[in-house]
Amino acid sequence: MRRVARLARVARVLLATQYAHMLEYRAEIALWALSGLVPLLMMSLWIHQADMGVAPSGGGAASGAELGAAIGGLSRVELARYFISAFIVRQFTVAWVVFAFEEDALQGRLSPMLLQPLHPLWRYLTSHLAEQATRLPFVAGLAGIFLLLVPWAAWWPAPGRLLLAVLATVLAFAVNFLVQCLIAVLCFWSERASALERLHTLAMLFLSGLMAPLELFPPAVRQAAQWTPFPWIIHFPARLLAGAELDAAAGFAALAAWLALLLPLTLLLWRAGVRRYAAMGS
Amino acid sequence: MAIVRADNLSKAFRVADKQPGLGGTLRHFVQRRWRTVDAVREVSFAIEPGERVGFLGPNGAGKTTTLKMLSGLIHPSGGRAEVAGFEPRRRQRRFLEAITLVMGQKQQLLWDLPPLDSLLLNAAVYGLDDGEARRRIAELAEMLELGPELTRPVRKLSLGERMKAELMAALLHRPQVLFLDEPTLGLDINAQVRVREFLEAYNRRHGATLLLTSHYMADITALCPRVLLIHQGRLFHDGSLEELASRLAPCREVRLELRDPVPAETLAAFGEVQQLQGRQVRLLIPRGQLTGQVARLLAELAVEDLEVRDPPIEDLIGQVFREGEVRAGAMT
Repeated sequence: MRRVARLARVARVLLATQYAHMLEYRAEIALWALSGLVPLLMMSLWIHQADMGVAPSGGGAASGAELGAAIGGLSRVELARYFISAFIVRQFTVAWVVFAFEEDALQGRLSPMLLQPLHPLWRYLTSHLAEQATRLPFVAGLAGIFLLLVPWAAWWPAPGRLLLAVLATVLAFAVNFLVQCLIAVLCFWSERASALERLHTLAMLFLSGLMAPLELFPPAVRQAAQWTPFPWIIHFPARLLAGAELDAAAGFAALAAWLALLLPLTLLLWRAGVRRYAAMGS
Repeated sequence: MAIVRADNLSKAFRVADKQPGLGGTLRHFVQRRWRTVDAVREVSFAIEPGERVGFLGPNGAGKTTTLKMLSGLIHPSGGRAEVAGFEPRRRQRRFLEAITLVMGQKQQLLWDLPPLDSLLLNAAVYGLDDGEARRRIAELAEMLELGPELTRPVRKLSLGERMKAELMAALLHRPQVLFLDEPTLGLDINAQVRVREFLEAYNRRHGATLLLTSHYMADITALCPRVLLIHQGRLFHDGSLEELASRLAPCREVRLELRDPVPAETLAAFGEVQQLQGRQVRLLIPRGQLTGQVARLLAELAVEDLEVRDPPIEDLIGQVFREGEVRAGAMT
């Protein structure tokens, strides 16, 4: 019980400190938020594709929502809502453990962390959460601006669906964070794990649904992607938030399965990595 | 009972060996060659609670590697270490609460925040309640003469202020054993003196044990009644600085100013004549004979001025290392 209370206090102080730290970087974080606009750029591209596919129905003046054809079974409105949701989900699932960890290892900051009675991954976790809190107003502003540009796509999810989407986003962040931790731990074997991270970024970009909803992918690619963590990190929570019809239970089961696999694997590799670090010196 | 014990502690590193040039690069790529570097070789010593011990040796001697093994950061290749009753490599929570390792400017302070934020974070990590944390911060701040600096961003502090704040962060949990690797590196003379005074006061107040490395001999002479001299991974000396000086320089230097010139043959009866220029003489006299020979000099010669001195210890150590006189098994 005392251990839990102590951990809760450490978490509270860590979050407060990291939030103060992140506020110092608010301009940089605003730029990061802007750099995550890929889904919104892809939205304009795919909506344009939809508009090119079929002429407005009915021949009369059509609303923005009614324009265009369905692509991959998704209407113009569904496409817009999906990409706006993907933008929001991406903002709160982004992880940068590899870069932070690699820098700490190379700069010698890892050693003091290893000599404190607190697992260093807690520091990375709380700095991510603090960064998300700092990012929140920028994300809200950017999402608002885009909804103003496509007012016909505006929607407000039902409370139950919103809650599920938030839960899915939190779990998706946990999965992405652990994937990043797994790659970061490779720093113990190779000082340049960021090269592997670039490969991961590429897979993330195409298989997560940031470039296009998985429904637009060839069935074989879609099938293959389902066996990776990527679609569950963006596509699933984004579809939930956008109000799409989907098997939510299957999505949560997939996220839980990835967490169950990644958490022990990361901790195991961490222990092996620290032993190696200890054996090699720093 | 010793609080720090090293028994035949050894550390060997495996490092890749690459020849220069394109050929070397290609060979390195196809068939990587490795060699083993013995950073620390069978070093043994024991330190009692409350002792202040200096760790001396040239760059690459194995000082930092030894400190890292004792703090649990790296695992020994051989031998055994015990600190505060724990085996460091296991890094148990109670062990981590009992020690600290300060490594020069490898900071644990958050760069963009005031030191106070990092200190309160450390207090939470080590399980100190708010009241106790603030009491300890006030105590350390007073000892280190830090005040408004604690609420200024770390990046705005001078190097000396930053080092003091680092020390506060490293000592807030009141460790029993302090491993300090170059704690005064890069500081100006005043800041060096303050850090030294603080470490001595901390040692006296809390009975903490200090093991420190420094390139500044003044740190060692001011703080450490006992020194460990290490070279090429081997322990060469374990004792006081005076003992070290007498080992490295078995003779003392006697400078004389005589009323009248005296032939070298006469002076040779008192010691080894190093220099004879008119009435100015430099003699080397074995330490054991010093008192008797000086008395004889004063009685038998017309001496106007006499000075007995030791060569500076850093010169002696440097000379020994340059001449390669430290050999395997030199430890006595």
